[in-house]
Amino acid sequence: MTDIPFLSLAIWIPILGGVLTLATGPDVNARMARTVALLSALLGFVVTLPLYAGFDPNTAAMQFVEMRPWIDRFHVAYHLGIDGLSLWFVLLNAFITVLVVIAGWQVVKVRVAQYMAAFLIMSGLMNGIFAALDGVLFYVFFEASLIPLYLVIGVWGGPNRVYAAFKFFLFTLAGSLLMLLALIYLYNVSGSFEILVWHDVPLARHVQSMIFFAFLVAFGVKVPMWPVHTWLPDAHVEAPTGGSVVLAAIALKLGAYGFVRFSLPIVPDAVATYAPLVIALSLVAVVYIGFVALVQTDMKKLVAYSSIAHMGFVTLGFFLGNSLGVEGALVQMISHGFVSAAMFLCIGVLYDRMHSRQIADYGGVANTMPKFAAFFMLFAMANCGLPGTSGFVGEFTVILGAMKLNFWVAFLAATTLVLGAAYTLWMYKRVVFGAVANEKVASLTDIGGREFLFLALLAICVLAMGLYPFPFTETMHVSVDELLRHVAAGKLPPPL
Amino acid sequence: MDMKSLYLLVPLAPLAGALISGLFGKLIGRTGAHVVAIAGVLVAFVASVLIYQDVQAGNTFNGAIYTWMQAGSLTLSVGFQIDALTVLMMLVVTFVSLMVHIYTIGYMADDPGYQRFFSYISLFTFSMLMLVMANNFVQLFFGWEAVGLVSYLLIGFWFQRPTAIYANLKAFIANRVGDFGFVLGIGLIAAYAGSLDYQQVFAQAQALSTQTVPATGWPLLTAICVCLFVGAMAKSAQVPLHVWLPDSMEGPTPISALIHAATMVTAGIFMVARMSPLFELSPAALTFVLVIGATTALFMGFLGIVQNDIKRVVAYSTLSQLGYMTVALGVSAYSAAIFHLMTHAFFKALLFLAAGSVIVALHHDQDMRRMGGLRKYMPVTWITSLIGSLALIGTPFFSGFYSKDSIIEAVHASTLPGSGYALFCVLAGVFVTALYSFRMYFLVFHGEERFGQAHHAEDEDHGEHHGLEPGQKPHESPLVVTIPLVLLAIPSVVAGWFTLEPLLFGGWFGGAIESSAHLEETTPLAMALHGFLGAPFWLALAGVVVAWVLYMHRPALPARIRAKFAALYTLLDNKYYFDRFNDVVVAAGARLLGEGLWKQGDRNLIDGVAVTGSTRLATLAGRVLGLFQTGYLYQYAFTMIAGLVVLLTFWIFLA
Repeated sequence: MTDIPFLSLAIWIPILGGVLTLATGPDVNARMARTVALLSALLGFVVTLPLYAGFDPNTAAMQFVEMRPWIDRFHVAYHLGIDGLSLWFVLLNAFITVLVVIAGWQVVKVRVAQYMAAFLIMSGLMNGIFAALDGVLFYVFFEASLIPLYLVIGVWGGPNRVYAAFKFFLFTLAGSLLMLLALIYLYNVSGSFEILVWHDVPLARHVQSMIFFAFLVAFGVKVPMWPVHTWLPDAHVEAPTGGSVVLAAIALKLGAYGFVRFSLPIVPDAVATYAPLVIALSLVAVVYIGFVALVQTDMKKLVAYSSIAHMGFVTLGFFLGNSLGVEGALVQMISHGFVSAAMFLCIGVLYDRMHSRQIADYGGVANTMPKFAAFFMLFAMANCGLPGTSGFVGEFTVILGAMKLNFWVAFLAATTLVLGAAYTLWMYKRVVFGAVANEKVASLTDIGGREFLFLALLAICVLAMGLYPFPFTETMHVSVDELLRHVAAGKLPPPL
Repeated sequence: MDMKSLYLLVPLAPLAGALISGLFGKLIGRTGAHVVAIAGVLVAFVASVLIYQDVQAGNTFNGAIYTWMQAGSLTLSVGFQIDALTVLMMLVVTFVSLMVHIYTIGYMADDPGYQRFFSYISLFTFSMLMLVMANNFVQLFFGWEAVGLVSYLLIGFWFQRPTAIYANLKAFIANRVGDFGFVLGIGLIAAYAGSLDYQQVFAQAQALSTQTVPATGWPLLTAICVCLFVGAMAKSAQVPLHVWLPDSMEGPTPISALIHAATMVTAGIFMVARMSPLFELSPAALTFVLVIGATTALFMGFLGIVQNDIKRVVAYSTLSQLGYMTVALGVSAYSAAIFHLMTHAFFKALLFLAAGSVIVALHHDQDMRRMGGLRKYMPVTWITSLIGSLALIGTPFFSGFYSKDSIIEAVHASTLPGSGYALFCVLAGVFVTALYSFRMYFLVFHGEERFGQAHHAEDEDHGEHHGLEPGQKPHESPLVVTIPLVLLAIPSVVAGWFTLEPLLFGGWFGGAIESSAHLEETTPLAMALHGFLGAPFWLALAGVVVAWVLYMHRPALPARIRAKFAALYTLLDNKYYFDRFNDVVVAAGARLLGEGLWKQGDRNLIDGVAVTGSTRLATLAGRVLGLFQTGYLYQYAFTMIAGLVVLLTFWIFLA
């Protein structure tokens, strides 16, 4: 069982599937392209299941490890492995890819093969990010995954897609250049590109500070944290539905994952010093962005801002310094993967029919699309963090963790209960409730079987995680405890 | 069947009913939907009765069903605590819910959303039962929010009406403001008690009461109790978070009875009673509870006097009565609060369902100015309404008398700061209650018949509502409507007589409630006879007499009084301007802040200055550097030599 390189399969099956899909060529073969893409995505998802089934929750060590030399001269290796911090993101990523292929089935009509291939290749590359244990390997995957997303926005995007794609690319690239510097520095002091070696390499305080800020910029842009978040609403608005789904569900997690895999363990003393800064930025994201989301007139922008606020809970949780915070943040990441994907898919369902994302163009959708309205209600409630949905679990746990640190941190974090409900349900009210607003709404048709399928799959995930989050945290426990023990120990020599 | 399965059956049977009638409503049809939903609630009710007998035999239960999540050192479970308090709530919830389910068959008969409605009210029953049966804070919060969700869905049931979808959003957000406090309270408990299990937290109550909250210096237990109570203030509609409840009347009447009178709004009262081991140790929090409750009891009662919409009168009455329950909590008379919660559930559900019966008979006209003389046409509704009103105003021997008088007695005996104010409020409230109740009763059932003037012109108030056409006469409602009225009227009369002694003096609650209040022991008969001599009785009687004079004897008088006290009337008519304040200051303020942050912060500062600024800087740097790229060899050579000279000079001086 353990001899099968499941992680490599999870990375390369989607990529090869993408190449195969590309090979189907022009749009006359669109049907074949879709079929190949769906089969590859399904196969890519199936090979991730043994990762959960065979995962040992009682060890913090890396599991499913694969190690092959790659560039010997610089000690760069093809080194893969997952622990409780990364396990779920590989599964989530593979799952979302299946949904994106289904969601783009009929909607995308031009360059079908390229569209599907871009998502498959992106999926493989992102699995690589979560599984990489070698700094260079990580960096390669991290940067390479930008390209398909850039293309998805730039080719299949809206009217202002070029501006949005450039903004997205430059923001994230600028950030990751600093990370590259940090990685090279770490190689110089440790003689290795092994991330796990870096975890234990001693670093002086000022060195830790510089590396910390390099990582903060690199990962903060990706999350995105306030105030480097403004690329996200633009990117979402221009991206096609599938692009938005992957962007929100997976791409935003890359930065957050960077914090737990790099910042916390490699520069623990700088983390202790600068945690208040990150906590403050996260709280600004929750409160400031909450108010900004309230006044958005474009549904996608609103959900994009809501994503930023929800990701604020992730960075908040990571830097609280207790296991409630970190576990809550990880749970929030998974949940946000489901909920934001569902929200963007719901908006996509409406956009496909009305070709508008403006809230003002809607009203009374429940009259003509009752099934859709029910799904949208569920996901809107999950977005507000209603108990019983996945959205509650992470937010609640992070608030509990914040209370352990300081009452006022918890106080500001908890404002999301009011703000999240206000912006989400106000939008829902204006779009779905009310009398039929215009003839376009009157002629809407309810969701079909394909749309029902992907919304139902996400609904099951949202409810299952809300009603029984135990399996999720069970696999995280030991890894999170080990991480926090490591962070608490620090790297500085004990004072004399 | 073992007891644990029976416990599980209580919430799961209504859940099954909700899921089947909701997801397969089209398939099973209208009859199928109501049969399934009613069967679910009936099973829950019967199971609750069995559990009641078991609890009476001295068996309680506290245990987990499954581990929901483990995070950090916290183990969070879904589990039940079954004791006297729980089982009483289970009986009240399932009984009233059953009555409302049956009534709904008649009330919603013509509604296209019939199955959806049954699904919602069964889902509500499930949520409420999860709330009262919880043995830990997470499940309590789950039930707490789930009933809020269903309330939101039901207020907005007629989602085409602008007023309904305004009201349901308002209700949800007002409740979220309360939940904000509630979550902080739960967070404090988790952080300092290290557990969210009731019994483990209560065991540490003494230790918690000596600590303070770091970074604030507040006494920990007071902070916990005040935060939790903020949650209760929203759910149980206490001033100033009460604003959503009157508007919730936009929902269909059966849910006004079930959710917004009998059960959900009492969740806050129940929660504080459940937490009595914590509240008992914080006199400061109790004073806060007391003052808020007393204010609500009196000042919301005043508003009932000036309402013309029959449902809104009952709604303000509910607010006022919730205030009474809160007052009881404040003076540590938790058992009296739960006692009043129970009796109120019966007579208030009755009054709402009777109001619904009247509304249907008048073809959805809710304005009392177009009613009158209905007693001739609707005898069952009339008599049951009278019983409900007599119970509400606290007529001796009726259930409401026992519970309300117990509360007044407890306030009288209290020495807490603020108890003097509270005593004034609850006594004055008795007069006010009688006044608005009998104003409504006389306007609806007695006097001249003012219906039969269909008023299409004024439709904007009530959406599609309209009254009877001229000459049309109202009819008594069908049996599915009147039978629940009768079945609710019975406990409205007798529930106090039979439960007074066990609930208040007989130690029925045992260890479920901790209380320091002293209630003088008495018998139902002695208490009722004594009641005729007490101030509350005469105040209530005065209220009824004033109502009779104003609305029966001299019907022209109210208009003159209104004109004379115009300022006061305007204040009451505008409900003390709470709504205006929330719309103008809170809601508009939040939008203004959002606009400001978005346009100034995101667009101008971050995108404008930082992002565009840095691209401009890069462009500028490119241009400047571009100036050197002339392509002339002699210029490059000159620059190189000049540079060399500068560097050498620098190096020489430095050395």
